[in-house]
Amino acid sequence: MPLNTTPDYSQILLRGLLAGLTAGLLAGGFAFFLGEPHVEAAIAIEEAAAGGAEKPLVERSVQSGVGLFLATSLYGAALGGILATAYTVLRRRLHTGSDTHAALGLAGAALLGLVLVPFLKYPPNPPAVGDPATIRERTIAYLASVVLGLVAIWAAVLAARTQTHQWRRATAGTAGFLIVVTIAYTLLPTFNEVPADFPATLLWNFRISSLGTQAVLWTALGLTFAGLLSRLATRTGHPTETAAEITTTP
Amino acid sequence: MSKAQTLTTPAVSPRLLATAAGFTGLMLLLAYLVAFDQGALSQSGMYLHELMHDGRHLLGVPCH
Ligand SMILES: [Zn+2]
Repeated sequence: MPLNTTPDYSQILLRGLLAGLTAGLLAGGFAFFLGEPHVEAAIAIEEAAAGGAEKPLVERSVQSGVGLFLATSLYGAALGGILATAYTVLRRRLHTGSDTHAALGLAGAALLGLVLVPFLKYPPNPPAVGDPATIRERTIAYLASVVLGLVAIWAAVLAARTQTHQWRRATAGTAGFLIVVTIAYTLLPTFNEVPADFPATLLWNFRISSLGTQAVLWTALGLTFAGLLSRLATRTGHPTETAAEITTTP
Repeated sequence: MSKAQTLTTPAVSPRLLATAAGFTGLMLLLAYLVAFDQGALSQSGMYLHELMHDGRHLLGVPCH
């Protein structure tokens, strides 16, 4: 007999934080094995250019080990908390009877809007690339691209919902997304700061490993969060039919 | 699939929205600490900034 209790925000939030921590650790593992070699190679180039290494405040081995995992897991937990909050607030407006679809849909949208849109406009740079004098402008531009990525997702959903037929919905959604992204990419400033002699292959490999780290983070976050929710549902949930009725009210 | 269970979420009340907004702010602060802080928030000088340096690069955030 299903218990007719609705989970409260804190129960969902706890699962989001846990999923985020797990995803952050996994992303840290990916970054450690597949990203760090490129970071080290870039730092070696930086030091060669500077004519020797300066003593860092934090040992390099700590930055690339504990520090890396600390960064990815804290970042993952923060994003997991935000995903769980978005899920709680938006669940009834997502027009699906499936919690798994809702959770994965939100995580997928985040991967697209928060990761891919910024990545293609401002691909991340390894150490030794980027002019310290423009860090402020680049940070603001990066944050603007994150916000505009979210706006593009929102535009896609609004556009899709003007249509009823399935392929029309998909087409309208894609068009809405691409229009916003195109306008955003045109308006946002461009930075051209890669030193002429920086190895192109290393730059590419670093960027792909950074994209991979973020893809692992969001994929693992979405899947773990969906899994934890489904376990919570078997404890407190309603049969799908009942919930579908509730969730399709606008 | 017929046995699938679905959660319903709590009703979106002004109270829930306020809590959610407050918590989102807290989480954004945590993300800021990892991604952008240079000691102003953490009050640890550049220690945390340097500690999480590689993570910042590999998470795609502009670093320097
Ligand atoms: Zn750096």
